[in-house]
Amino acid sequence: MDINTPFFKARASEALQDANLQQALGNLKQGFPHKRAIAVERMPEFEALRDQGRDLKNHILEHLDLYLEQFESKVTENGGQVHWARTGDDANRIILDICQQVNAKTVTKGKSMVSEETGLNDYLEKNGIQPVETDLGEYILQLRGDHPSHIIAPAIHLNLEDVSEAFHAHHNKPKSDDPVTLMQEARDALREKFVVADVGITGANFCVAETGSTIIVTNEGNGDLTQTLPKTHIVITSIEKVVPTLEDMTLFLRLLARSATGQEFTVYNTLSSGPRREGDQDGPENFHVVLVDNGRSEMVGSQFQDMLRCIRCSACMNHCPVYGAVGGHSYGWVYPGPMGSVLTPKMIGIEKGAALPNASTFCGKCESVCPVRIPLPKLMRHWREDEFSKHLTPKAARYGLGSWAFLAKRPALYRQFTKASSWGLKLLANSPFGGKKGKLESLPLASGWTDFRDMPAPQGETFMQQWKKRQNAEQTDGDAS
Amino acid sequence: MSQQHTPQRPSPNVGLFITCLADMFRPSIGFATVKLLEQTGCRVSVPEQQTCCGQPAYNTGDRRTSAEIARMTIDAFAGYEYLVAPSGSCVGMIKYYPELFDAEDPYQQLAQSLADRSYEITSFLFDVIGIEALQAQLQQLTIPRTVTYHDSCSGLRQLGIKQQPRELLKQINGLQIEEMTEAETCCGFGGTFCVKYPEISNRMVSNKSEFINDSGADTLVGGDLGCLLNMAGKLQRLGKDTPDALVEARHVVELLADMLDTPGIGEQDVRRLKATTPTTDFALGTEITGSAAQPRK
Ligand code: SF4
Repeated sequence: MDINTPFFKARASEALQDANLQQALGNLKQGFPHKRAIAVERMPEFEALRDQGRDLKNHILEHLDLYLEQFESKVTENGGQVHWARTGDDANRIILDICQQVNAKTVTKGKSMVSEETGLNDYLEKNGIQPVETDLGEYILQLRGDHPSHIIAPAIHLNLEDVSEAFHAHHNKPKSDDPVTLMQEARDALREKFVVADVGITGANFCVAETGSTIIVTNEGNGDLTQTLPKTHIVITSIEKVVPTLEDMTLFLRLLARSATGQEFTVYNTLSSGPRREGDQDGPENFHVVLVDNGRSEMVGSQFQDMLRCIRCSACMNHCPVYGAVGGHSYGWVYPGPMGSVLTPKMIGIEKGAALPNASTFCGKCESVCPVRIPLPKLMRHWREDEFSKHLTPKAARYGLGSWAFLAKRPALYRQFTKASSWGLKLLANSPFGGKKGKLESLPLASGWTDFRDMPAPQGETFMQQWKKRQNAEQTDGDAS
Repeated sequence: MSQQHTPQRPSPNVGLFITCLADMFRPSIGFATVKLLEQTGCRVSVPEQQTCCGQPAYNTGDRRTSAEIARMTIDAFAGYEYLVAPSGSCVGMIKYYPELFDAEDPYQQLAQSLADRSYEITSFLFDVIGIEALQAQLQQLTIPRTVTYHDSCSGLRQLGIKQQPRELLKQINGLQIEEMTEAETCCGFGGTFCVKYPEISNRMVSNKSEFINDSGADTLVGGDLGCLLNMAGKLQRLGKDTPDALVEARHVVELLADMLDTPGIGEQDVRRLKATTPTTDFALGTEITGSAAQPRK
């Protein structure tokens, strides 16, 4: 996928002007956070579960190698195969290889953000294999040549008209704007694809070490058909998804559904434990798991390790006022919102990704809802430190900070400066330019502020000046008496 | 998080951290804070060697400068039992000081000690001093206003400040609290954020202004001047054609200390809110009638 993250500011600016998008974002804000709040309210032990989730993930990350090895040996025992992919490109090559071995022409795909990360669809198409997305949202995006703007509701940025147009252009049916009709159209189109697909590719929400199983959770059931009908099932997922036992998995499933959509449980929870065995009614003949690293193992033991606890619930973006203002595409790569602002610089480099960890007020809302308590603002700050230490911070900000710091470290000089500034600003506010309104409507060097709001003027003398006078007066009073 | 803390002596020795914004833009916040502290029996000093808490450097990723400023502030407040500031955000920054020093650095311990002794003003009054010390004074006041409280992010999520300012405000006669929608959502200030990403910040503060105006309150109250400058500036820009209907923005200490004789934030003149009969001269968009207008006695 193209990297547009360096253009975050321009993209955000466009997004803010896009009325359709703004409406969609408004709906999102009313939807998921509200439902999560109800679900949390109904579960008094939710906060304790979050602690458990955090602790269990930390334990897993301490022993990641062991659990991954256990997972691999179980998958092998079940008759499947695990492939290790250091980079996204490695993962794509491995998958193409498997597809070519079975002479695949078309593959169906369940939703997978890791495959977005590796750019799998483009890669397969370039190599003559047609991938078909089967998650409704992803399917719509594929028809439009679009990409997800949200990790669990990929087409959240679109409205009914967009869908209606996309279907009309591809389905050879009269144009409809009835959601039920549109759904039926998608169902019919996808059924055909399911039946002829040679390979089914899905992601995995978790990989269970004790059984060698992978699990996907969906609300549409498309994943089941993707993985059971074709002869070959390939799971593409990343190394931090491993959990020790089935029981551990259920802890995360409970946290995931509530944090994501406010459901107590997602509708379809489908486990895959290897290829079809004798006597099985259905299932693939071949089962492959491609475990993608793509920078993750470097995060273990680093100051970004906490990020690997992420279970991709999307709560952080659903509650984020910045995501809510600009939408997912502004972030310019695969992962948007607070979790994307931490992950993206790791995956595309801080040189290209620095805009994201900077685009935060550190309001802390994301951390307050994260089911595994990832300190997202702190991790974004670590990226800013990385940026600063590599001298990547924009010059204007650096100089501004430098001169401010020079003063802030010298109280006496600082006093002179604040005295002069508040006097100057007050004067300006009272001049004909200020309009004598106790505020400034425009201010050179601060147009970022005054383009949109007034700048309240200082009251006059600084507190420190006035305090000194008060002290002196008290002193004189004391002397006189 | 605020913890129950018993002052070691009946008249605790408090160092006021004025905050760079209140120092420059609104000294009256400082004097109101001093008044409240003195009313509850504290001895208040203002250490000369303070400037800013260092947050701009910390949030830009400049740890070295942050640590230098932290060291200066730690030294400046070394002799005080408490550091109190009229800002959750600056106190939140001081709580980060211990992270700026290695374990072997003697300043690590000193930073921890200062972090443990530092309080935002409403939390200090409510959690440390106890509301009893102030109750009688507050109950003497009559301020017939309908206020809506914006929870600033660091205060709310880092320091757990939510009920403290509300409990204190509730003691005042005639004062009604009308909660706005999304009181806990960020106003879009975010320190340097508002100038780095002005358009996003503008969207956030526009949403906020809508909630404030819809609340029906005549006064916006908060505990952080940065956020208040942002919101007041936006409310005034949006309402520039209807100045009489503007919601007035004030720091919480101005109400608690009954220091309403200075104009509201970003205003030229003092507005007076009428208690009983709504008048055209002073109406602030919402007519104050009913219980809000009748001083509780
Ligand atoms: S960072 Fe936390 S809240 Fe965000 S997607 Fe990951 S688990 Fe969910």
